[in-house]
Amino acid sequence: MALRPPSDTTRTQVEDGVLDTDRRPEGHASEKPPSEQGPSTGRGGTAPALRPVEFGRWLWRQLTSMRTALILLFLLAVASVPGSIVPQRRIDPSAVQLFKDDHPTLSPLFERIEMFDVYSSAWFSAIYLLLMLSLVGCIIPRLRVYAAAVRGMPPKAPRNLSRLPAYDTWTTDEADAGVAKRAQALLRSQRRRVRVFADPPAGDVVVSAEKGYLREAGNLLFHCSLVVVLVGVAVTGLFGFRGSASVIVGNGFSNTLTQYDDFTPGASFDETSLTPFTFTVEDFHVQWQRDGAAAGTPLTFNADLAVTDQPGAPPRDYHLRVNHPLEVDGTSVFLVGHGYAPRVTVRDGKGNVAFSGPVVFLPQDGSFVSYGVVKAPDAAPSQLGFEGYFFPTADLCEGQPCSTFPDADNPVLSLLAYQGDLGVDSGQPQSVYVLDKDDLSPFTTPGGNPRALLLRVGEQAQLGDGAGSITFDGYDRWVRLQVSKSPAKVVPLVGVLAAIVGLLGSLFVRPRRTWVRVTPRDGRTLVEVAALDRVFGGDPADHVADVSSSLRPSSATAAAALPAQQEDLR
Amino acid sequence: MTETLATVSNNMLYSATVVYALALLAHVAEWAMAHKLPADDEAAGSRGGALVATGSVSSPVASSASPLGATSPETRSVNEVERSDKYGRIGLSLTALALILHGVGVVSRGLAADRVPWGSMYEFSITVSLAVAAAYLYLVRRYRVRWLGLLVTGFLALVLGIAVIVLYRPVGPLVPALHSYWLVIHVSAAAIAGGAFTVGALASVLFLLRSRLEARASARPELPRSGFLWRMPAASDIDKVAYRVHAFAFPLWTFAVLAGAIWAQYAWGRFWGWDPKEVWAFITWVAYAAYLHARATAGWQGRRAAYVALFGYATFVFNFVGINIFGSGLHAYAGL
Ligand code: HEM
Repeated sequence: MALRPPSDTTRTQVEDGVLDTDRRPEGHASEKPPSEQGPSTGRGGTAPALRPVEFGRWLWRQLTSMRTALILLFLLAVASVPGSIVPQRRIDPSAVQLFKDDHPTLSPLFERIEMFDVYSSAWFSAIYLLLMLSLVGCIIPRLRVYAAAVRGMPPKAPRNLSRLPAYDTWTTDEADAGVAKRAQALLRSQRRRVRVFADPPAGDVVVSAEKGYLREAGNLLFHCSLVVVLVGVAVTGLFGFRGSASVIVGNGFSNTLTQYDDFTPGASFDETSLTPFTFTVEDFHVQWQRDGAAAGTPLTFNADLAVTDQPGAPPRDYHLRVNHPLEVDGTSVFLVGHGYAPRVTVRDGKGNVAFSGPVVFLPQDGSFVSYGVVKAPDAAPSQLGFEGYFFPTADLCEGQPCSTFPDADNPVLSLLAYQGDLGVDSGQPQSVYVLDKDDLSPFTTPGGNPRALLLRVGEQAQLGDGAGSITFDGYDRWVRLQVSKSPAKVVPLVGVLAAIVGLLGSLFVRPRRTWVRVTPRDGRTLVEVAALDRVFGGDPADHVADVSSSLRPSSATAAAALPAQQEDLR
Repeated sequence: MTETLATVSNNMLYSATVVYALALLAHVAEWAMAHKLPADDEAAGSRGGALVATGSVSSPVASSASPLGATSPETRSVNEVERSDKYGRIGLSLTALALILHGVGVVSRGLAADRVPWGSMYEFSITVSLAVAAAYLYLVRRYRVRWLGLLVTGFLALVLGIAVIVLYRPVGPLVPALHSYWLVIHVSAAAIAGGAFTVGALASVLFLLRSRLEARASARPELPRSGFLWRMPAASDIDKVAYRVHAFAFPLWTFAVLAGAIWAQYAWGRFWGWDPKEVWAFITWVAYAAYLHARATAGWQGRRAAYVALFGYATFVFNFVGINIFGSGLHAYAGL
């Protein structure tokens, strides 16, 4: 594998090529010279037969190379795209159902490749796990190398300092030991690590200084923290759960499986470990902006709960607001939404009450026009079903019924009624928000069109054919609660903070090596100053200018004997 | 009071848009007048300052370029240099003026609403573009990047124009989901990072143009070297600016995304739910992480890395425009 070609900003063909390799992070597989790179990657060469161990080692090196990490990272990003386009079961199960109804041919294929569960699919997990493995495989050797490097630094000087990107030289009458001593003191005072190398044969002394060890430390901290974050999130997901429930104001909720509308346990979550708390939604308050251009914008909503932390405990009050979850023994309850639940009474053809009570309607948009379904399976002689909309502030917009304000200023219920078989006895689980109309027929107008029933609070509508009636008794409100348990959630938090600290270090600390070489020559002293940045973007020339202006004799008798190439190299 | 402030805000932002557009015109004139001017180390030096000085080595092309007067009489050329430069300075002054109007506009919007002005797409647009303008002017002071003027003012006039004309929304209260101090933390970081990504992307565009030019010129040295692109710093110096801006923006973006995740834990009970907004924030993050890695990988520096950065910017824009308009998900309250 070729070494980094001389980039146009940092042209430093340093002798022996030593420094050139040296400037790149050590211990990184892809950066080793070809001889250490293991079997050739097959680029036109004759790959030797691989023994399994060698092959395994080669595979490991490939996996932990930066290039592979980059590719995996890119793959992970690409793999996450479909999940933002195709509806996801974990996020919106009803959207998945809709999609399946709309695309009957595509859906089986999508099911097979787990397109509706992208983020828990086998292929997504594979990329994720490989990336993690790559990360760990990359960190461990780098930690070792770093530990050794920190002890070994700063390094010896390259033979020919004048070929470094920043260089200055002069001759002086000052004794070589004196210059070296001053150089040492100066570089120390700049909080650099300093080592002095004396080279008796050549008679020169090199003061070698280095600064910026924290860059690699920051980099390692960052990468380690990523592992901590990934592990933390995984643990949180494995041992936790998420669920949601809609609770009508005035009703209670107890933390058992049956009370949830949907429930997603982590793979290792034990359902018997649900904390046995209960609460009642005693009251609910909601406010909208009444006037001005932003009328209709929600201002606040919150609920008053009476919470019983465990059976037998005295109830306590809790004021539940958005962004302020209720915490009970590691389980959190979030207020995420609310809506209307019209109260209706359905009477069948015999005058018996077949259904009575509030029904949760789902808001369709910010105006809180809400869609819902009423089922009366007990109605006789045939079952009755209703679907339609609740308009909190009913009005007509361009001839269509609409709601002009989200609060219930003028509530109207608009329903279509059906009779027949609701399909609830078929044994198939049914959504309470969907009316299965396969075996239902609508009540119609004399003209044969489905007849819309428009009801204000207190009004009753006859269904016709003596099939019964429906009364709109009023409305309640319901709150949408999300309940989750995320054990060990401080772990990713700590990881995140450490990652940011590390990232800052790895981006903004600039490692720099500085050398001052003094050589006795013809009774005078030749001083050379050179610096090398180990990362892109710094300005070593300024630094060298600084150092040499402090070290030069103040009279500055010696004309700056700049070698020709310095103009080029600056 | 609220009404007055809201009106002040609207007027300020309208004026800022107009002044940015005027600055854009000035920079267009600057470029147009440089059309015939040869590459010039002196002029480039005074424009690019330290960066050019350190970088002239990396552009053998620029340093060997024909000096003044090779193609035109010296006096004429000097006059034209001055004229072009004058329009550049006018553009810069107008941009500074517009920044003040823009800043007052954003602040008075916040005062009118009695909260941070980050509750809708309109408000986020005016804030991000403010960050772009501020970042640009800071960089002009620090690294003399006036050569970015044309693209930056073009961007600002366009985006602020779209904001005040298309995205405008009257002052309103925040929806309850945003009632949290995390809004301040999360969105300010995202806005500043977004502003810096924008400047980085514009610099990367200029880097690509200039390095294409340099490559062509080194293949065919007889081609004339004139025009504004030749009067900018060498590609490697532009690249250095782009890198610095990205290196500043990336940790901030990381922070913004992670702060978002922590907020999500408080608001919705999970750190990460692969909501469309989250997915695309992640993709942006990966793209810029790849950019930083590419810069440290042999064979990927320079133009390829710049393309990666532009790809990252495209995902950022898509997340802001595409997902807000077409997407659903929990972030949807960031109303149009
Ligand atoms: C989860 C994804 C990762 C992210 C977000 C990430 C991010 C970063 C960042 C921001 C830098 C600093 C770049 C610079 O120095 O300018 C960096 C450097 C580095 N990363 Fe990663 N990294 C990731 C995964 C990995 C993996 C899996 C490996 C190893 C297999 C790796 C190896 C390195 C190395 C060797 C450097 C030093 C490059 C240099 O500064 O010359 N990274 N990484």
